[in-house]
Order: sequence, then structure tokens, then C-alpha cells
Amino acid sequence: MSVRVMRPGLLSTVQDLGRFGLQHLGIVACGAMDTLSHRLANALVGNPDEAATLECTVLGPELIFGRDSLVALYGAEFSARTASTPFPLNRPVLVPAGTTLTVGPAIRGARAYLAIAGGFQAPLVLGSRSTYVPGQFGGLQGRALKAGDQLPTAPDLVEQSAARFARLGRRGGGIVRGALRSVRWSAPALSLPDRRGATLRALEGRHHAQFDAASRAAFFESPWRVSPDSNRMGYRLLGPKLVRARPVEILSEPTCLGTVQVPNDGTPIVLMADHQTTGGYPKIAEIAGADIPELAQLAPGGEIRFIKCTLEEAEDARRAASALTAAVCRSIAWEY
Amino acid sequence: MAAQAPRIVPLGDAAVLVEFSETLDLAVNARIQQLAAAVRLRQPAWIRDVVPALGGLALHFDAERLAPGLLPFAAAEQLVKECLSRRLPDLEKLSRTLEVPVCYEGEEFAPDLAEVAERCKLKVEDVVKRHCASPHRVLMVGFAPGHPYIGGLDPRLSVPRRTTPRPIVTAGSVAIANTQSVVYPWTISGGWSVIGRSPLRFFDPQRDPPAVFAPGDRVSFVAIGRTEYDRLARDAARDAGREQRP
Repeated sequence: MSVRVMRPGLLSTVQDLGRFGLQHLGIVACGAMDTLSHRLANALVGNPDEAATLECTVLGPELIFGRDSLVALYGAEFSARTASTPFPLNRPVLVPAGTTLTVGPAIRGARAYLAIAGGFQAPLVLGSRSTYVPGQFGGLQGRALKAGDQLPTAPDLVEQSAARFARLGRRGGGIVRGALRSVRWSAPALSLPDRRGATLRALEGRHHAQFDAASRAAFFESPWRVSPDSNRMGYRLLGPKLVRARPVEILSEPTCLGTVQVPNDGTPIVLMADHQTTGGYPKIAEIAGADIPELAQLAPGGEIRFIKCTLEEAEDARRAASALTAAVCRSIAWEY
Repeated sequence: MAAQAPRIVPLGDAAVLVEFSETLDLAVNARIQQLAAAVRLRQPAWIRDVVPALGGLALHFDAERLAPGLLPFAAAEQLVKECLSRRLPDLEKLSRTLEVPVCYEGEEFAPDLAEVAERCKLKVEDVVKRHCASPHRVLMVGFAPGHPYIGGLDPRLSVPRRTTPRPIVTAGSVAIANTQSVVYPWTISGGWSVIGRSPLRFFDPQRDPPAVFAPGDRVSFVAIGRTEYDRLARDAARDAGREQRP
């Protein structure tokens, strides 16, 4: 027994960086919604980027660790505790066998990633451990966690956890919180939106010119709200209705993470990690890749404003974000 | 066919669309499949996915693997230009031909066959014969894992989409609308006219490859009777059980 699920939380799924190279067969990339936080969570326990983590959404799970485990909960600010003490976020924590971790509601942000030394050991399906709920494959039997599940972990979890935590202890020593042992530092929160909402960079989509002048202006000028009818496939945005001046039929064509498409009802949908590989709706915008993690941290009700950017600006932003993540991961790795 | 230069447009900062046509044209789609093959043969490490579609081709990047200083959009433009400046791979030599058994019998499997025959002013047997004889080719796989868009339908069988979609179309159903056919790998709702059912399993994540259809494949539908359908369906179920075991 490794990690036992007492309560599953709202939507807890095993995820990694995603399933690539199969979009020509209609196979969705999936993967963590906020890949930046997934990477950081892994870095905090000394894992490589591609190790599988548990994505917790809005209301987290309750888990019992059957063995001593080095874990980290990174991303949204969740209220999390064990029986005796609050659980420290954004840092490596050595949890003794028998500990119950209760991850409650998210206080800020929407998704956090629980990483464990050696990663969660869901089988590789088509090259990835990511759960694809609509297709019922990947992760834990192709579904979200439910009460009673056992999450498989690495066979050398106990040894790895002890060895890695001992290395961390060498520099500056650890701290003790109840039965938990941790460190005196934490990683910075990189993807949490401002409390007022998120400002996201977006390029004009390839069908932008088909929309009428009012809709084109409204997209970049109006505030938008994430609809309750949003999920890992897409975020519906509540705001003004977007109308095309020339509603020509569009051939179904490839879509991307961050594509903003507008079905005939005029309500834009931002395509997220589980999005279909092709679609026939007009694309009014494409959100800069660098800003997707912040979007993934918005829960229903969260506010968004779009600012127009050029392809060059979006490419620069991606490089800058990637360099920042790499630098933070290196500074964590230095502790090991 | 005029070898018209495609338009290369960004799909955000992580992909481009190489657009050949805004309308469906089988010859243009064949060229898209050839370009997809040419890009795949080069295997650039910074391209994660090559997705041929009805009127264009998407290239999805893994920007982290691009040489420092190279911009992905510019690199993609260059790659496409290079591929198109040389002789593209011969689609006929690359294509597989898939034989897909279909039972075109009975209300359960072919609920719309009689109506299609009536609309097309053909006998039911002639609809089946023409569907089996059409030079079908997979133009794109999308919408759902393994879901094919199949072109080449005999123009005499062209019927519009149904005004009211069926809430449930069983996996394996074969349906037509306008100039295309589809074989549903998943049980979903659908607005096309269902004219038969195949006993095969068209998507199985435990299988390699997981999807029966790939873009560019030629497809030949073969009419089978109910007894043969039942036998093949039993085989497919047994194989699926075997693949599920570790």
C-alpha cells in the first residue's frame, strides 16, 4: 500500500506533461493544466519534469500515506493540514507513514500539484501517464480519483524519500512541524493570478477579421468571467456575445492549447489541456503560451482581460517564462 | 492540379497552420498528406505533432528543442518551403489500403439506408454497391480519438446532414453526409445518415497503433452478412480482453 484515497476531492487526476506525437490520430495531448506548477512540484521533491503528479482542483482530496514519503504540494494556495498541524505548501515535506493529509478548498488559484519522490506510477498509455477522462484512458483507469483508490508509487519510495531529504538537510538544516519534517525555504508562486483576475496576452486569431467591429473591440476591451460550465477541455467565457460579420462555413481544422474559438451562440471558449485536436468554429484569438498556466489557475467566476500582443511578443514571453522556470528549478535542484 | 503555394499562418506561438484551401478538394488534401509525409521523414526534433487536416496541415512545436536563436514560426516557414521545393513523397506508395467489413443489414445497423436509397433514387443494393465501390480516403482524423473524415464518396450517394441528430450512434456505425463517410469509433450523438455497422474496434489505447484509421489511408468497405458480423464482433471482443491483460 502506498497512498490511499479517503476522499477524492472535486476532480483529482494523475497528470504529467502530456501525450504528444499522436494528434494526427485525434489523440488529445492532455497533461497538467498548469504545466509550470507541475514542473515546480516535481522539482521540489527532486523528480524530473515528466514524473506524474496528482492534479487537485478547487477542492482537494484526503489521502493517507502508507509509507514515509517525500512530497510537495505546489500551485494554487490550498488550505491543507494533517491531524496535528497545517501542511506547508510550495516546499518539500517528509511525511511519515500513516499520516493523513487533508487538502481542503483552494483559497487562491484553482489547481495544485502533489508530487511524490519517484512520481505516481500509473501505467504509460500511448507514452504518457496523463488521465484523459472523456476517452477513459491514462492515469488511474482513465478516471478521476475516487474514495478507496490506491495510488501506486515508486518501489523505492521510502529509500528515495529518506536519501533526498537527507541531502536537503545538509544545507541549513530542516524544520520539524508536528510529525512532518520540512525545510526553511519555499518556492515562489509563479502562476497565481492577481486577486483581481488575470491579464492574458493574446494574438489575433486567424478568423479575427470575420468578426464585426464591435466584437473585435469587445474581445480586447471587455472583462470576461470564467463560466461555471468550464472544464479541462475548455473554459467558456461570459461577457458580450461575439458575432461574425460574415458567417462563412469553416472547414474543420487543427486547434491548439489556448485557441479561443467562438461557436454560433457567440460565447467564446478557450481550449485547454483536454481540447479536441480539430474543430470547425472560428478562432478569434490565440492566448500566448506563456500565460496558459495563469489561466489554468482561474476557477469559475475568475476575471480575465486580454491584451493584444504580436507573435514576436508571444515568442519572447514564452522564452522568458521558460528561462524563469528553468532558473527556479535550478535553484531548487541546488538544494539537493 | 496547380501546385499553388500554401499560406502559412500562426496558431498562437506554439503551432502553425499551412493552409492550402478553404474548401474541401480531394487533390489538395492529397498534397497535404504528401507534405505531412515529407515533414515526418525529416523528423525535426522541435516538431511535436504533424496534423494533416481537410484543407491544411498543422505543425505543433516543442519550442524548447529548437536551436537557440531560431524562432519557431520562421523555422516552420523555412521547413515547409524546403519540403515543397523538392519532390514530395508519392502518396500512392505511402498509403495503406484498409478493408473495413460492414454489415448494411437491418433497422438496428442501417436505420437510414432505406431513406438514403429513396433520396438518391437508387435501390438499397445499389447504395451498398456504390458505397463499397467508392474510392474512399481518410482526409483527417480528429474530433475524437481515431475519428476519421473519409472522402471519395460516390456523388450519387450525396445526402445532406439530417435535420435532427440522433442522440446515440453506436460505436462502429458507418454513416454518410454530403461528400464524406465516417466510421464512429465511439458511441456519441451524430447527424449523419447511418447506413451500416462494422464489427471492428476502431480505437483502443492499449493497441499499437491505437487507431485503425490514419490520414492518407485508402479505405475499402466490404459488405458482410449478419453471421459474419457476429463472428468478427466476437473476435474483436476477445482480442480486446487479451490486450487489457498486463
